[in-house]
Amino acid sequence: MKVMVPVKRVVDYNVKVRVKSDGTGVETANVKMSMNPFDEIGIEEALRLKEAGSATEVIAVSCGPAACQETLRTALALGADRAILVQTDVELQPLAVAKLLKALVDKEQPKMAIVGKQAIDDDCNQTGQMLSALLGWSQATFASKVKVDGDKLTVTREVDGGLETINITLPAVITTDLRLNEPRYVTLPNIMKAKKKPLETLTPEALGVDVTPRLITLKVAEPPTRKAGIKVPDVKALVDKLKNEAKVIS
Amino acid sequence: MSTLVIADHDNQALKGATRNTIAAASRLGSDVVVLVAGSGCQAVAQSAAAVAGVSKVLLADSPHYKDGLPESLADFVVGLAGGGQYGHILASATAFGKSVAPRIAALLDVAQVSEIISVESPDTFVRPIYAGNAFATVQSKDRIKVITVRATGFDAAAANGGTGIVESVAAGPDSGKSALVGRELTKSDRPELTAAKVIVSGGRGMGSAEAFKVLEPLADKLGAAMGASRAAVDAGYVPNDWQVGQTGKIVAPELYFAVGISGAIQHLAGMKDSRVIVAINKDEEAPIFSVADYGIVGDLFQVVPELVKELG
Repeated sequence: MKVMVPVKRVVDYNVKVRVKSDGTGVETANVKMSMNPFDEIGIEEALRLKEAGSATEVIAVSCGPAACQETLRTALALGADRAILVQTDVELQPLAVAKLLKALVDKEQPKMAIVGKQAIDDDCNQTGQMLSALLGWSQATFASKVKVDGDKLTVTREVDGGLETINITLPAVITTDLRLNEPRYVTLPNIMKAKKKPLETLTPEALGVDVTPRLITLKVAEPPTRKAGIKVPDVKALVDKLKNEAKVIS
Repeated sequence: MSTLVIADHDNQALKGATRNTIAAASRLGSDVVVLVAGSGCQAVAQSAAAVAGVSKVLLADSPHYKDGLPESLADFVVGLAGGGQYGHILASATAFGKSVAPRIAALLDVAQVSEIISVESPDTFVRPIYAGNAFATVQSKDRIKVITVRATGFDAAAANGGTGIVESVAAGPDSGKSALVGRELTKSDRPELTAAKVIVSGGRGMGSAEAFKVLEPLADKLGAAMGASRAAVDAGYVPNDWQVGQTGKIVAPELYFAVGISGAIQHLAGMKDSRVIVAINKDEEAPIFSVADYGIVGDLFQVVPELVKELG
C-alpha cells in the first residue's frame, strides 16, 4: 500500500507572528519557516506503517511556491521515499489544495492519505475532509491511534469530551491529532541521503486543476490586546475584587 | 433563501454550541432552518424548534445518522442543499461540525469559512488565524457559504421562546464507509468546559495528578468546569480533553482561574477571551500575569485552600 502525506510550509510554531502594517496579512519575509507540525506527525505515522510492513511506499507531497522544496527535503530526510511538488505562486486555499491532492491521488493511486488536521497558519481544518469527500473515501479526523488490519482500519479519535473509536475501510483519509505519535528527529546522514531522493515538480495546469482563490481576505488585523490587571496582596483582596469590582461571584 | 444549521447533538439533547451557531445564523438575515439528523432524536428536534430565531426544524431520523459519522451525513446535506434554497450552511466548530462541514463544502464546490467569530455582512466574516494572533476579515463570493462557527464568538440563542415547526424529511442512503466502535467519554458531574461559566484550570505547576485534587473544592464551590494547560496534559496529570489552548478547547467563560499555569502562547490562545482572568502562580514573572485581571503571587497549595475558605 502506498501512503500519501501532504506537507505544508508554514511559519515556524515558535515565531511570534506580526501583522503587516498595511493590514494585508502577516509578515512572512525573513521569518523562519518549517513543516506544519501536524504534517510532521502525518509523516511519522506513515513511516511507522511502513516499518510495520503495512505500507510499501511513503510519498510526501506539497503545494505552493518553489521554497516548498525545502519542506519536502525535510520529509525525505525523515524517511519518505519520494516527493512531489505542485508548484505555483497563486495563494492556495484548502479547496484548491484538496483538488490538487485528488489529482495526485488519481495519478499515484495510494490507498491512504494522512493529512495534518490543520495548518498552524490559516487554522482552517478543512483539507483532509475535503480530499476525502472529493475522492469518495472514508474519513477519520483527529486521530490519536491508528490500527491497520488488512483493508480495515480502527482509528481512535479525539472528540469533545473524550475519545471515540471507529472502524473504516480503505481507501481512507486520516487527519492527525497532536497525540498520534512523537515525530523522530532528522539526522545529518539522512539529510545527505535525502538530497539524492527523487523530487518531481508538477503544476496545477498540468494536473488540470483550477486553483483560483474563492475567498478574498479584506483585512488582517491584530487581535484586541488584553491589558494586564493588578496583583492583589492576598486571598481576601481577591475575593473582594471578584465580588465587588468584577461582580463575577456573589 | 434560508440558512441551514446542522445541529450537533447526542440523540438526546442539543449540544450547547448549536445555540451559539443559531445565534450566528440569525445575523445573516434569512430564515433559520435547523437540521437534526440522528436516530430516535425527536426530542432534540423539539428542543431545537424552541430555540429563539428558529423557523423550521428538519428531522431526519435513521439508524445510520445515530453516531454523527460524516460520510453519509455530508452526502445527505448536499442533497438537501442542492436545489439552491440555502444561501448559508452553518455548523458548530466542534469535533462533529469540523468533520462534516468541509465535506459538504467540497461536494458543493464552494469554499468553507472556518471558525468565524463575527458576522460583518451576509458574505463577510471575521475569523482568527495563527492561533488567534491575528484576525482575518474574509469575504466569500461563492453561491453557498459553508461556515463553521466558534461558540465563544456569539452569545447562545435563548433555549426557549422559538416557535419553529418540525418537519420530517426522508433520510439519505447509508454510505457504509465508517462505523462507530465505542466512545470513552469523560464522565463528570461538572459542566462541560466549552459551556461553563466558570473554569478552574491547572498547569504544570500542579506537579502531579494527585495535586489536581486541591482544585476540586474550588471548582465545587463555584460550580466550575475543570481544565488544564497542555503541559499538564502532556505530563499525564489529567485527560486530554481537559486541555484548554490552541490545540485543545477554546473557552471564554465569565471567570477563568489559571492555577500554576505559566501562560504559554499556546494556552493563552485558548482562554484569553474569558471575561475575568485570575492567575495564581508563585513566579511573579510568569506571562500569565500579563493577561490576568487579578493575580496572586504565591504557593497555590496555600492560596487555593484559603480561597475556598474565604468564599465560605
